[in-house]
Amino acid sequence: MDIPYTTTPREDTGLYNAKVGIWLFLASEVMLFGALFSSYILLRVGADWWPAPRSILNIPIGTFNTAVLIISSVTVVLAWASLKMNQLSKFKLYQGITILCALIFVGVKSVEYTEKWKHYEIWLNDGSNYSGHIDVNGKHNPFFYTHNKLVSEGVTEITFTKDPHKYGDPLPEKAAGGGEAHAAEAHAHESMVIKTEDIKRLSAFVPAHSTYFAIYFTMTGLHALHVIGGALVMFYLWITAGSWFRSRPEQFTNRIEVSGLFWHFVDLVWIFLFPILYLM
Amino acid sequence: MAATTTAKTHEAHEAHHHEHHDPGFWRSYVFSSDHKVIGIQYGITSLAFLFFGFILIALMRWQLAYPGKAIPFVGGLLEAVLGEVAAGGVMSGNLYNSFGAMHGTIMVFLAIVPLAFAAFGNYVVPLQIGAPDMCFPRINMASYQCFFLGGVVMFASFFVPGGAAQAGWTSYSPLATTIPTDGQTYWLIGMVLLITSSLLGAVNFIATIIQLRAPGMTWMRLPWFVWTQFVTAFILLLAFPPLEAAGLMQLVDKVLGTSFFLPTGLMTAGGAALADVSGGGSPLLWQHLFWFLGHPEVYVLILPAMGIVAEVIANNTRKPIWGYRSLVYSVLAVGFISFIVWAHHMYLTGMGTKISTFFQTTTMIISIPSVIILTCLFISLWGGSIRFNTPMLFALSFLPMFGIGGLTGLPLGFNFSDLLLHDTYYVIAHFHYVVAPGTIFALFAGVYFWYPKITGRKMNETLGQIHFWLSLICMNLVFYPMFKQGVSGMNRRMADGGATYLGVDDVGSGELVGTPQAMIDLNVNISHAAWALGLAQLPFIFNFFWSMFAGRRVENDNPWQATTLEWQTPTPPPHGNFDKEPVVYRGPYEYSVPGAKADFIPQNQPDPA
Amino acid sequence: MNIETLLGLPELASQHGAEVDKLIIYVHYLMAALFVGWLAYFLYCLVRFRRSRNPRADYHGVRGHMSTWLEVGIAAIEAILLLGFAVPLWAKVVDEFPSDEDSTVMRVVAQQFAWNIRYPGEDGVFGRQDAKLLGSDNKFGYDPNDPAGDDDVIPGVNDITVPVNKPVVVKLTSLDVIHSFKLYNLRVNQDAIPGLMVPIHFVPTLPGKYQIVCAQLCGNGHAQMRGFFTVLEPDKYAEWLASQPKSKAAAISFE
Ligand code: HEA
Ligand code: HEA
Ligand code: CUA
Ligand SMILES: [Cu+2]
Repeated sequence: MDIPYTTTPREDTGLYNAKVGIWLFLASEVMLFGALFSSYILLRVGADWWPAPRSILNIPIGTFNTAVLIISSVTVVLAWASLKMNQLSKFKLYQGITILCALIFVGVKSVEYTEKWKHYEIWLNDGSNYSGHIDVNGKHNPFFYTHNKLVSEGVTEITFTKDPHKYGDPLPEKAAGGGEAHAAEAHAHESMVIKTEDIKRLSAFVPAHSTYFAIYFTMTGLHALHVIGGALVMFYLWITAGSWFRSRPEQFTNRIEVSGLFWHFVDLVWIFLFPILYLM
Repeated sequence: MAATTTAKTHEAHEAHHHEHHDPGFWRSYVFSSDHKVIGIQYGITSLAFLFFGFILIALMRWQLAYPGKAIPFVGGLLEAVLGEVAAGGVMSGNLYNSFGAMHGTIMVFLAIVPLAFAAFGNYVVPLQIGAPDMCFPRINMASYQCFFLGGVVMFASFFVPGGAAQAGWTSYSPLATTIPTDGQTYWLIGMVLLITSSLLGAVNFIATIIQLRAPGMTWMRLPWFVWTQFVTAFILLLAFPPLEAAGLMQLVDKVLGTSFFLPTGLMTAGGAALADVSGGGSPLLWQHLFWFLGHPEVYVLILPAMGIVAEVIANNTRKPIWGYRSLVYSVLAVGFISFIVWAHHMYLTGMGTKISTFFQTTTMIISIPSVIILTCLFISLWGGSIRFNTPMLFALSFLPMFGIGGLTGLPLGFNFSDLLLHDTYYVIAHFHYVVAPGTIFALFAGVYFWYPKITGRKMNETLGQIHFWLSLICMNLVFYPMFKQGVSGMNRRMADGGATYLGVDDVGSGELVGTPQAMIDLNVNISHAAWALGLAQLPFIFNFFWSMFAGRRVENDNPWQATTLEWQTPTPPPHGNFDKEPVVYRGPYEYSVPGAKADFIPQNQPDPA
Repeated sequence: MNIETLLGLPELASQHGAEVDKLIIYVHYLMAALFVGWLAYFLYCLVRFRRSRNPRADYHGVRGHMSTWLEVGIAAIEAILLLGFAVPLWAKVVDEFPSDEDSTVMRVVAQQFAWNIRYPGEDGVFGRQDAKLLGSDNKFGYDPNDPAGDDDVIPGVNDITVPVNKPVVVKLTSLDVIHSFKLYNLRVNQDAIPGLMVPIHFVPTLPGKYQIVCAQLCGNGHAQMRGFFTVLEPDKYAEWLASQPKSKAAAISFE
């Protein structure tokens, strides 16, 4: 005996195997992200400090990425529909656009990430604290420095260039609407030399910086992994489409449907992530 | 009907074909995607881990009975392999904590779950529903490989600097995060692998049960064992991801220095504030996420066991299971409710009245379907014609043993009595009664019961009976005294068996009040019984291997004269299981049907027209 | 059979503890009744329906609804224990706090592997604490300039002393990891969680020297993290209190 319903639906359930499988898998994914969203709420409610995200994250870029994903979830349906109508070349086009969107999304995200990792906050022993950029031993914007790392490398002083507006503070009127906070950083303000021994804590905007960044990077990172995973699968289906579709059209169309369902889920997660991390 | 089926399976056939011409050794036994081979792989691996989990506790029991004394025979070996933590062959506090955490982790995630769910489920479920294999054979194989890797990572963690995880199987933060051993990181990575394995398995089981039931195998004709596996799979599918999320967060806390579970102002042991840590997290968040899995998990440990017991009891009383529908609804109810009782493990974290009332109520509610299940199994005995063979003995003794474990859950379930009992040996006794003489006995029953299907030979009956009686006696000698120890004030996770808290139980005497000497002395008896329990497994281990080659051959494919489909296949079942698709005509337990010739009618036997 | 002696509960030394014991005993009566009844039935079945005695099984087995009534009965008893005992008694323990004036108030801060204790002194007010002041020389962040703290009493670590028959309020927290404050004879147990301060209250009724058990795994010294809880007659207590060092004199460290 061989395994039935790998391609054609079973009569009483109306589903083929892989479709049952993907729905179950997505149910578990809902629980995974659900736990993270619940943690977000709990941490935020219990936090004594939570920044206004719009003073940290670039909302236009985030909005752009949201749009990219929404477009991709349209094209992923069009790709499937093209197969249903037996139009392989159209499928190739739409699937290609979907993959491209995924790449754009990941690319933009990595730019956002690296920008954060070069941006520092410093707490001094006298109680003052600033955000801005650092120069260590003449290196501009080095990655991942902490107080401990400075000490262990024997660095005695660093140059700190303050932001015009400390992040987390309300932005001035103009920037608030247009999100020009980052543009404003370009004309750098006061630089100062700070002794390592005066530093209480130094942290880039990395996960360790605060629970806000911890949850931001964990959730968007996990989401990005899903995007990459989905893109890889769709890419594999894209390059093998021709021969597969010609020999086993129904099976291939099912594969596209299943990967599309996953892709919709990935979009949906982002639709929740964007407002809670960028806007609220 | 038959025609459409062949058409449907045609492409799948082609896709499969080249794979089966000459599979070779690796394809047949190591990288096989056949559910039966995977079931056996799971079975052997998890039995090995069961044994390993026992070795850990056997060593810990030495330290509990004779705190501070060098461990005989193996003490030197431990020192040679693990170094400092076993200096002079004596188990240090660190090592005790490592072994304790790993005993719990290994027993739960690497022994019982894979044996009860993955091994028996893989081997038996497709056969019982009349399916050729699992829905997704290659995912099934990946599930085993993830499990195996997870086991390797867990095992390796014993040998990293600092030793294995030391914060209990519950890994409460901040302890788990701040303790200076990489073992915890290994633990987290291992858990992520094990969780992934469970998820793949769960998806596969559910899809298989939904999609691959043979014609005529309606939901109410499923053997109850399949129902328990179905619900178990749902629990794994939905309860594990939150732990995966929590595990990721704790991993990030450890590796990237975040503070998900570290509050503001945390100090290290030295008293210095933790440098470069932001704080702002919540230790209780971890506990909620952990127990959101942790509680449903205990039903993962028990439901498949109950399923096995039901199969064995029906077969050996030669009558239908009483109240099949109640059993089905009860197991569904247990599955649902198990998601909303988790905080009964957290009553003493400072819980208010409202929340604790909610969790107490759900905890009491979930005990009702358990009582119904047990009651149905009991009533099934009435009017039976009971055969006392080894599988039946183990299945029968499951009932009172689970009874003791389950009933002692009740005083823990009321927060006000948990006040005294929390974190004492009473809790240890409670859950060991459910998982050790409970689940393990059910699993033994399953091994003895299905062994002839897998090997074509029966295990030796005399050795089986010896194994049973010795195990039953030793289990009770181990765990019963723990109730008394717990009530009288002995705490769990004490590396010295509670010796520090020695005292008199007479407040008026003016002397230091504490755990009475008699209770501490019980540790010695318990340890002896635990080691005897280990020895009692020798007949089993011998029987297990010896019978493969020298056991009595079964006279036909259905040696127990059973009704369910797994017995209606060739022995052992070939790849694809059934020669032709079975068709099901009746319920799973048609034993002693009035007017029938034989005292059992297989599910796939057509009615005499 | 007497379940009290069978259980071997430790001698009782607090007011609310009597009710804890009562609930434990009632639940165990329920459990014993169920277990003994079921076991008797079970053993009877095994003998009566063994194959040699009953070679042909009865397809239907039990008819009738006895079991349903039994299940309803168990549910009802559980409901009574829950609503009649556990819930209201818990509410009393966690909600109805005595006033500070009528009780012995203290802060207890757990750390690996010791219990640090501070009484507010005569003024009944603890010194000000501020997370900003935390440091390796000021682990509790007390403000040395706050006069309210000057008369705070700081007995040695691991040693709590209280007067008998007067409510005790313990404000419990932890510095490093989760510990648990447990007094068996007083039926008291509460986790000490870093970042949270949880108050508990109870009334000791018997003078004696008890042990504080750390009931939550907290590291390699967990088994040895013992404290002493001494309950004295009021006059002895007053004597003891007067002999204890005050915050100003005791410097800042608790070590
Ligand atoms: C398989 C595992 C399993 C099962 C089934 C259960 C079942 C139950 N458990 Fe248990 N439990 C654990 C495993 C399990 N538990 C573990 C591992 C822990 C500790 C974790 C840790 O801290 O490390 C724990 C801890 C634990 C606690 C926390 C204690 C504490 O830390 O203070 C509580 C509290 O409510 C609890 C309650 C219950 C209840 C009410 C049930 C109910 O579901 C029980 C219902 C069953 C019955 C009511 C029995 C019915 C049957 C009969 C009456 C038949 C009698 C038969 C004869 C006489 C022949 N359990
Ligand atoms: C499913 C779970 C499970 C199982 C089965 C067991 C089984 C046993 N456990 Fe365990 N235990 C836990 C889960 C489990 N435990 C957990 C979660 C904890 C808490 C950990 C923590 O504090 O974090 C704990 C803690 C715990 C403690 C308390 C430690 C402490 O608090 O300090 C003790 C003390 O005696 C103990 C003893 C035992 C004993 C004697 C057995 C025995 O029943 C073991 C019996 C097994 C055997 C005798 C092996 C049989 C072997 C075979 C049959 C192999 C055959 C092989 C082949 C054929 C290939 N356990
Ligand atoms: Cu402190 Cu255990
Ligand atoms: Cu539970």
